[in-house]
Amino acid sequence: MQNLLKNRELLLGLIIVGMILGFSTRADNFASPGNLANIFNDTSILIILALGQMVVILTKSIDLSVAANLAFTGMAVAMLDAAYPGLPLALLIVVAIGIGAMLGAINGFLVWALQIPPIVVTLGTLTIYRGMTFVLSGGAWVNAHQMQPDFLGFPRTVVLGLPILSWVAIAIVILVSFILTRTSFGRSTYAAGGNPVAAIYAGIDVGRARFLAFVLSGALAGLSGYLWVSRYAVAYVDIAGGFELDSVAANVIGGISIAGGIGTVIGTVLGALFLGVIKNALPVIGISPFAQMAISGIVIVLAVVFNARAERKKGRIILRDRAAKTEVTA
Amino acid sequence: MMTVQASKIGTNAEPADTPILEMCGISQIFPGVKALDGVNIALYPGKVTALIGENGAGKSTLVKILTGIYRPNEGEILIDGKPTAFANAQDAIDAGVTAIHQETVLFDELTVGENIFLGHAPKTRLGLIDWRQINERSRTLMQALESDIDPTTKLKDFSIAQRHLVAIARALSVEARIVIMDEPTAALSRKEIDDLFRIVEGLKRQGKAILFISHKFDELYEIADNYAVFRDGRMVGTGVLKTTPQDEIVRLMVGRDVHDVFPKTPAVIGASVLSVQGYSHETEFRNISFELRKGEILGVYGLIGAGRSELCQSLFGITRPASGTLSLEGSPIIINSPADAIAAGIVYVPEERGRHGLALEMPIYQNISLPSLVRTSVSGFLKAANELKLARRYAERLDLRAAALSVPVGTLSGGNQQKVVIGKWLATAPKVIILDEPTKGIDIGSKAAVHGFISELAGEGLSIIMISSELPEILGMSDRVMVMREGQSAGIYEREGLSAETLVRAATGNA
Repeated sequence: MQNLLKNRELLLGLIIVGMILGFSTRADNFASPGNLANIFNDTSILIILALGQMVVILTKSIDLSVAANLAFTGMAVAMLDAAYPGLPLALLIVVAIGIGAMLGAINGFLVWALQIPPIVVTLGTLTIYRGMTFVLSGGAWVNAHQMQPDFLGFPRTVVLGLPILSWVAIAIVILVSFILTRTSFGRSTYAAGGNPVAAIYAGIDVGRARFLAFVLSGALAGLSGYLWVSRYAVAYVDIAGGFELDSVAANVIGGISIAGGIGTVIGTVLGALFLGVIKNALPVIGISPFAQMAISGIVIVLAVVFNARAERKKGRIILRDRAAKTEVTA
Repeated sequence: MMTVQASKIGTNAEPADTPILEMCGISQIFPGVKALDGVNIALYPGKVTALIGENGAGKSTLVKILTGIYRPNEGEILIDGKPTAFANAQDAIDAGVTAIHQETVLFDELTVGENIFLGHAPKTRLGLIDWRQINERSRTLMQALESDIDPTTKLKDFSIAQRHLVAIARALSVEARIVIMDEPTAALSRKEIDDLFRIVEGLKRQGKAILFISHKFDELYEIADNYAVFRDGRMVGTGVLKTTPQDEIVRLMVGRDVHDVFPKTPAVIGASVLSVQGYSHETEFRNISFELRKGEILGVYGLIGAGRSELCQSLFGITRPASGTLSLEGSPIIINSPADAIAAGIVYVPEERGRHGLALEMPIYQNISLPSLVRTSVSGFLKAANELKLARRYAERLDLRAAALSVPVGTLSGGNQQKVVIGKWLATAPKVIILDEPTKGIDIGSKAAVHGFISELAGEGLSIIMISSELPEILGMSDRVMVMREGQSAGIYEREGLSAETLVRAATGNA
């Protein structure tokens, strides 16, 4: 049991299950499969965005521009769809990912080539990308009736019991976990964040790793831009305002170290689901939206405290018998 | 009773045979280990006592007791013959004990004066900080140390040696009678050490008792009057240093005879492996040329800041030279990044292995495989089984003690972390390995093990460039020695008949 509690992903999973059971005593259908699938679907965009954010955080950076990127890309594809109804959906999705990746590459370039701290770069581009959204749209909205039915319908299409939006999130989870565990880029993100100097001496180009992380984060933000606009059937300048903080919060709750180099995909997904469950549950049990924000905030602070405690050194193995017990088996 | 003020001014007021401070039967017990066991030691006014012992002998525990950080389980501390107990660090300072630590924490963005008086700044009558007094007293302190540093300048504008002076001034800014110096020369070059020793002589004249901790015998014989040798938490010998031969001290330290501390075994030296011609950098070094042969150890000696690490970092691709050519086994190569160097078979083991060597949260096996991922991957994708196989091979060879290769490196002891660093570089199957201060800050027993291992690697045909600031190590281990001075080569010397004087003269320019 002691060991179970040390595994933070498992602990977080148990807390989420406990919360669901707790809420279901107040709201009958809360734990029903249908509602749980709904919660997952609601959280899908956050999961995608948070995974991009995670890769960036692993490299000891942060991407505050993801939500602005999402808004710009969402607006761009919505306007394209409205202006040229004939464009195939697949092309629009590729365009969304491409624009997002390009905006991410701008962040990455500034961080890599000009050596500007990531928080400064993305705080700047956050404002720039929002501003660009306004310039592009002239402040106008793109409404549901201007968009094509397939553009709006695709994420809602149910396949094997789940909407495609959920399947996209699942696919991204698999993709990102594959990138992190099976490619040298993935390994280099952990090394670059865990000890940048050691990574350089090991022949890893830390700047390039950060650049690629920003490109990946941007591409996922671009994809989220399309998903957001089609799901909510509207595009305007302020969509997903402040959502970058949720993407950071999901990572913090999921045990990804803000100092870089530590964290797992499962952790981030559970962190996002944790926020998703709270967001879905609080209205059900009759808590006002303002109290919801405060509660989310308290949870984030608690998660940071928990992380800090978990990261505190447990002591090194110096005693011979402790080390020799299972010597070099792995 | 002598007052603090009187002892500060009166140079010969106290007879030298009355100790200022005595520790009697001090024991410090931690759960499961007795760090100090009935230790007696006495510090005399105007005398430097060398505290000698291998790592883990109890030296740092003793320092922590004297500075009030630990409270001993048994025994008592007498100051001027009166029993004194330190409840905390402030008590120790009030009693006149001050310490200059190995790595003093100073603040780059604060002025010299602020650094000296941080935490005990003089106040005006209104309770505000008295800047005039800070700067005046700082200037007086710095002048006492024969330095005319302006106390209103920010610390970041000064060299390492000058910062060290500031650290010493800070230690002396409290009314101290007992000064503890914990490896104060670790980061200093020979000339800076001479300056430091002049300061120590000055402190002696002021009648202060000094406890001096160092691993370097030549320095201890130069500066210390008395010695106290520690082994396994006990004081195993004390006396007058000048009349005690070094062999005797070493025997006391290790408890056995040490025949040769630097066992370079003769190796067969083959053809040229690495050829460096006219390597220059805009600001760091100029016109460096040398050949490195198979199985050879090339020592690189020089003062701190002579450009040795900078040269080697550019051979490894961390920085790029402005001009010059490099060839490996006869064919010219261009190295633009560490990845290029590793691919070509040149690796660099940096000086600060802890800080620059390992990602502590990563598993052991991933640290070892990090520079070798190209070889362990299968069609571009990582393959954990291959990484583990590679890691296991070197873990066995280096006798690494770990619960499993999948645990984070941060959970290992320092010695085992060192093994992971070495294993990581050997796993790249290098042709040339550059070692930057390979034995810095480690005790004599571990040094011998490292030297034995370096010899073994050379014997297997690896070519080694070894940067070192320790003359015995350079003289003992190198087949040839290149001396660097102010970014330029001051000569390459063959091992045969090479003397320490020759190297020091070349390094300092006193030809």
